Amino acid sequence: MANIIMFGILAVVILGSAVMCVATKRIMRAATFLLFVLFGVAGLYFILDYTFLGAAQLSIYAGGITMMYIFAIQLVNRRTLQGLVEHVKGSRAIGAALVTLAGFLTVTIVLLKNEFLFRACEVADEEVSMNVIGEALVGSEKYQYVLPFEFISVFLLACIIGGIVVARKEKEDK
Amino acid sequence: MVPVECYFVLSALLFFIGVYGFVTRRNLIAMLISIELVLNAVDINFAAFNRLLFPGEFEGFFMTLFSMGVSAAESAVAIAIIINVYRNFHSDQVNSIENMKY
Repeated sequence: MANIIMFGILAVVILGSAVMCVATKRIMRAATFLLFVLFGVAGLYFILDYTFLGAAQLSIYAGGITMMYIFAIQLVNRRTLQGLVEHVKGSRAIGAALVTLAGFLTVTIVLLKNEFLFRACEVADEEVSMNVIGEALVGSEKYQYVLPFEFISVFLLACIIGGIVVARKEKEDK
Repeated sequence: MVPVECYFVLSALLFFIGVYGFVTRRNLIAMLISIELVLNAVDINFAAFNRLLFPGEFEGFFMTLFSMGVSAAESAVAIAIIINVYRNFHSDQVNSIENMKY
């Protein structure tokens, strides 16, 4: 019962912040509302007893990515910070709302019509232990994940170098 | 325990709010923020499927973890590109880079 109440609170926070995030005209406020959405999603992971995932969400998304957005906004968006409002055409907004509604209805009907949904009561409320996660992350057996782990480290290195190369100011050629 | 349908409906709503923002906004950073909303919706679905329908297995868990890392890298590169675009065009609206050259 407590879980359901917490889920309701988090759902209200997530959906309200998400709507404000896409509806607000100012880019800085959109970044702030994104931060609230990310906190709410981390709370959902804690409800699901994936505490490691919640902690990773907090430190990577809320701590890292949001900071990066705020720096980018401060670097790029001089005029927006001084109160430039973004123009959204009414016709475009209406069309987008219709497409969005149609997609949402389709997805929801497909998900709820399925019959595989009723194992939920069997789950015990216990945390997934860090031991299990760590062994699965660096083991090389079946259902263990050392290869994607190494791949993602190489991928992050490539993205760091790529980001530096793209954003670097080039010297003028004479 | 929260029924799994609640997670489905929540993540579908979050996904399509993100799609709506991606379609309507014309600012590059605002579009990137909408993409983050979409990615978070997908992550919720992975975690909820894994936890509530297949407890004891970890595919969804690690998919969520790796997708977090990939999205961090993706947004870093995208922000580098946006800063470069702003430097060359002195604007961060989508319409200003229609030609993809300067």
